[in-house]
Amino acid sequence: MSTATARRRNQVLLRWVVLGVVGLLFFLPLLSMYQFATRISSQNPSKWDAFRAIANDPQLTAAIKTSLELCALTAVGMLVLLLPTMVWVRLKVPWATRLVEFLCLLPLTIPAIVIVVGITNVQSWVYYLVTDGPLSLTFPYIILVLPYCYRALDAGLSSIDVITLSEAARSLGASWFTVITRVIMPNITSAVLSAAFLAVALVLGEFTFASLLLFENLQVVIAALGLTNAPVSVAVSLASLAFAAVLLFLLSFVGGRRQGREAV
Amino acid sequence: MSSSRTGIGASLGLAPFLVYVTLFLIIPTVIVAIGSVFVDGAFTSDALEALVEPSMLTVTWRTVLLSLATAVIGAVVGALVAYVVATANPTGLLRRLVTSVCGVLAQFGGVTLAFAFIATVGQRGFVTEWLQDNSGINIGDSLWLYSLKGLVLVYTYFQIPLMVIVFLPALDGIRPQWREAADNLGASNWQYWRHVGVPLLFPSFLGCTLLLFANAFAAYATAAALVNQGSPILALQIASALGNEVLLGHENVAYALALEMIVIVALVMSAYALLQRRTSAWLR
Repeated sequence: MSTATARRRNQVLLRWVVLGVVGLLFFLPLLSMYQFATRISSQNPSKWDAFRAIANDPQLTAAIKTSLELCALTAVGMLVLLLPTMVWVRLKVPWATRLVEFLCLLPLTIPAIVIVVGITNVQSWVYYLVTDGPLSLTFPYIILVLPYCYRALDAGLSSIDVITLSEAARSLGASWFTVITRVIMPNITSAVLSAAFLAVALVLGEFTFASLLLFENLQVVIAALGLTNAPVSVAVSLASLAFAAVLLFLLSFVGGRRQGREAV
Repeated sequence: MSSSRTGIGASLGLAPFLVYVTLFLIIPTVIVAIGSVFVDGAFTSDALEALVEPSMLTVTWRTVLLSLATAVIGAVVGALVAYVVATANPTGLLRRLVTSVCGVLAQFGGVTLAFAFIATVGQRGFVTEWLQDNSGINIGDSLWLYSLKGLVLVYTYFQIPLMVIVFLPALDGIRPQWREAADNLGASNWQYWRHVGVPLLFPSFLGCTLLLFANAFAAYATAAALVNQGSPILALQIASALGNEVLLGHENVAYALALEMIVIVALVMSAYALLQRRTSAWLR
């Protein structure tokens, strides 16, 4: 008993020492960003100018709008592509489970920069058939978020009885569309939300595709601003980091509920 | 008979997903592989030979060193942070805070991390100016932040958080009962870690280190935002070859470099998958 108590005391001590030191090292760049962005200089005549410029710089607001639109399109597109497929695999073609999982996790092995090199031909069809604007990035972005969203949705679907639910709905005359939107989805709301949140966070931080396919999203403009107006680029970086952190913090509560239910 | 018919019909339900993944993932990868050895339908090994030129080998070696250094630093520090978080309350605020901040830094970082360090230890960074004012040491003049040393520092800031995220599940798999059993049998703290803890965790630790290596090897955004001159690492070489592909004779260098990257990352990730499978036996 006493060894366990002493060990717990040591663990708590170690925890605060480690988190204190590492936390300080990670806090320093954030503090520096704040200080750098609010420092008075010729580019930044009063304290909050760099942050105010975020809303007033037309190039930046356009890029933020593009990034937010890409987030929404990618999240919706990912759900439309992935959720019916994953439900279908569980109901009708369980032999394809490993195949779908493998394909979904494949983007972890094929780096974004490699896909960019090979995707030019495919994208030129997208430009021709769908749009030649920055929103064409939605297509590769859905591939980019697949591994993370697959894991989130897979955890959700594993926690409910998909087969019984959909057989019950089908025998009462529901269409497949109704089964997915009104029976399956409401049961895995938290998994759908975490998949969507992850997609949003990943797309907001995406740079490689946009920069090499020559479109301006948030990160591309931050990088470009770094060359002309450093305080503003640091201010946007800090703001977007904070936004993503809040998003993922909220996500941790969504995920926590799901885990709680799984344990029962 | 009817079952085979529904089997084929049911498989059609996978068609949209398979077509999509083929178009936007498989075809680009195949184009890279074919494009590195075929130009206008004729086989050529020019691009592959370009890969083993001394200058290109130096770039590859440098990328390997950068990935290795940041993977090892990230793995050791990250594992320590993951351990102290794993021993805390699993639904507590501390753990939520640490994992969400780590998630942001590991997956969102990229360009923003580069600017975080320009603001910290760049020429006019906060720490640079503080050191200048208080001790007279000038760390901003030599432009080290924009070279390989700088990349090691900045990469560490997304490698440590990634390690925390990927190593936590393995630590959560360690059951308190094992510790109690060891205690009851009279094991000391050292004996517990030597004979129980480390042997259980080591495959996962090694696997996560490999994942970190692949992550650094494939990273592009941070380096692109930080390095303005030259292309010291493989990802930057690919991007610049992509920009130069109009130059005669350079069409397929980008493909060959990309192929080299796929091969290395795929090898490392396969080893990671093998080690993860070993760990998952007792994880659940």
